[in-house]
Amino acid sequence: MTSNHLISLKDISVSLGGEQILSNLNLYINDKEFITLLGPSGCGKTTTLRIIGGFLEPDKGDVMFGDKRVNGVPPHKRRVNTIFQRYALFPHLNVFENIAFGLRIRKLPEQEIRQTVEEMLGLVNLAGFEKRNVNSLSGGQQQRVAIARALAVKPKVLLLDEPLGALDLKLRRDMQVELKNIQQSLEITFIYVTHDQEEALSMSDTVVVMDGGIIQQIGTPLDIYNEPQNAFVADFIGESNIIDGIMVKDLCAEFAGCRFKCLDKGFAKGEPVDVVIRPEDVDVVPVEKSMLSGVVTSVTFKGVHFEIIVDVNGFKWMVQTTDFEEVGSVIGLYIEPDAIHTMKKSAYSGLYGDYSSFSDEIDLLSDVSYEEESVSDE
Amino acid sequence: MNSGGVGKRLTIAPYTLWMSVFVVVPIALVIYYAFTDGHGRLTLENMKSIADYGKTFFMSIKLALFSTAICLLAAYPVAYGISRFEARRQQTTIMLVMLPMWMNFLIRTYAWMTILEGNGLINRLVRAFGGEGFSIINTNGAVVLGMVYNFLPYMILPIYTVLTKIDKSTIEAAQDLGANKASIFRRVLLPMSVPGIISGITMVFVPAVSTFVISKLLGGGKTFLIGDIIENYFLGNTGSVDYNIGAALSLVLMALILISTTVMNHFDKDMGEGGGGIVG
Repeated sequence: MTSNHLISLKDISVSLGGEQILSNLNLYINDKEFITLLGPSGCGKTTTLRIIGGFLEPDKGDVMFGDKRVNGVPPHKRRVNTIFQRYALFPHLNVFENIAFGLRIRKLPEQEIRQTVEEMLGLVNLAGFEKRNVNSLSGGQQQRVAIARALAVKPKVLLLDEPLGALDLKLRRDMQVELKNIQQSLEITFIYVTHDQEEALSMSDTVVVMDGGIIQQIGTPLDIYNEPQNAFVADFIGESNIIDGIMVKDLCAEFAGCRFKCLDKGFAKGEPVDVVIRPEDVDVVPVEKSMLSGVVTSVTFKGVHFEIIVDVNGFKWMVQTTDFEEVGSVIGLYIEPDAIHTMKKSAYSGLYGDYSSFSDEIDLLSDVSYEEESVSDE
Repeated sequence: MNSGGVGKRLTIAPYTLWMSVFVVVPIALVIYYAFTDGHGRLTLENMKSIADYGKTFFMSIKLALFSTAICLLAAYPVAYGISRFEARRQQTTIMLVMLPMWMNFLIRTYAWMTILEGNGLINRLVRAFGGEGFSIINTNGAVVLGMVYNFLPYMILPIYTVLTKIDKSTIEAAQDLGANKASIFRRVLLPMSVPGIISGITMVFVPAVSTFVISKLLGGGKTFLIGDIIENYFLGNTGSVDYNIGAALSLVLMALILISTTVMNHFDKDMGEGGGGIVG
């Protein structure tokens, strides 16, 4: 059977230093697709990228480019190029020579090299920077040089390993838009690795959520957000309240002591499920009109909205609302049928989704540990 | 001036004192002797007589350059190899490289004498296997060997240091852009290790061009280097003591070394500023 996938990973397993990094991973990548591998540090996303790039050989499984098996083919013979996490520019060469590096290796005529480099510099908005020393550039500019350098050799596939990780928030947003534009105008495939869910959702055609060396879900950003397959995905992408529930029958779920109309069906009658409700889908209503009511335990101003934590019979819900609610006041909550998403129970059930231990400080701490891990990863 | 400034000045005071007594004063003395005669009168005669030693200068520079080149060729692969080891093995190997330097320079050179001499280790081995003994000691070759042996670590260390500092992803990036092993070496590793090569060359060439112990012990008086001549003028081993000519020769040698290190440093700086295309 000939596949029309540009790249296929079949049954890939990798262990490094006795630790299983990837187990039986299957991934198919289409031409001109913007696909993002998303997951926490140590989930195997960078390993997957390195396997495609040829920097790492899987213990088991096939790496296919089209119909050709490329296991064992060294990186310099693969038509994919990588943007490295820390740019990896050549410090002894100026901007022009950095971008020309791959072209010089290919022994192209000087005229063509000059033309391509100029074109690439224009593409990444660095025209006029030819003679600059790469060490004198800002992080964002260095990243642009790295992108231009990789694109200069006209790859069919560009691999990007957390390319915006070291940039500040505003610059990161700008670069996201720019990268997406570059991908669309050049019509090449981007395989993008990140642990930033917002980045993944805003740029990708397809998001691959990974954890523990296993793909948790593959889908469009909308699918991933609205129809998470398990508690891990629901928790990792955005904020979510995940509650133990039972599917009473099709279109009816029971949780938090009430029965709710919902749009899900196909479960067994009485099957235990995880119910996901996004904080922005919970409406605050007067208690007498509500399905659930609880006490406000904390309020955080987030700019566009308030993030309030509501204690409903011991389970703490996160609710996003534009109206201020007093801490200690009793409020009612209302949930529309289409805001309820039910998922089959998984190994992740019960691990996420209750905001009782939630605080911004804890969020911050876990972010720090991500960074540290990703450094020790390498 | 705040108290921190005073504290800083105090901490460097002993060193400043040391430097002035043992570096500045001697250099001043050398300059004084170089431009005066035995009676303390100003003269340029000493400087003029240096012309007689042109050949010796030439020989010193030739042997020093030769040893530096051998050191570079030998040290680069070693330094590269070590830099590819895992961290703990790197430490052990670097310690082994430095180990001979913990022993006195003179003793190590004497050891080479007993290995190389007519009835030395090598010749005895050769004879034991029925070969004919040959002379190694008291040749230029033996002097170069002594220099290479003694100064090799000074070449390995700086090259090793720059090679370990090269980020692995820089090499991967080159690979990614299509470079095979030879291109990676030529276009990335070699140009990026230039600073280490420069300081290695300086650290080997300077002591090699001014050495007198190695040429005396392993050259046996046949290979006369500029260092030997200077030593003789100051100690009078073979002729008369003449501080003035000795000082003049030292001054010229110093100037020579200063010029070569300046040229080297300049070259290094050029590379550091990302002057692209030097290798391209």
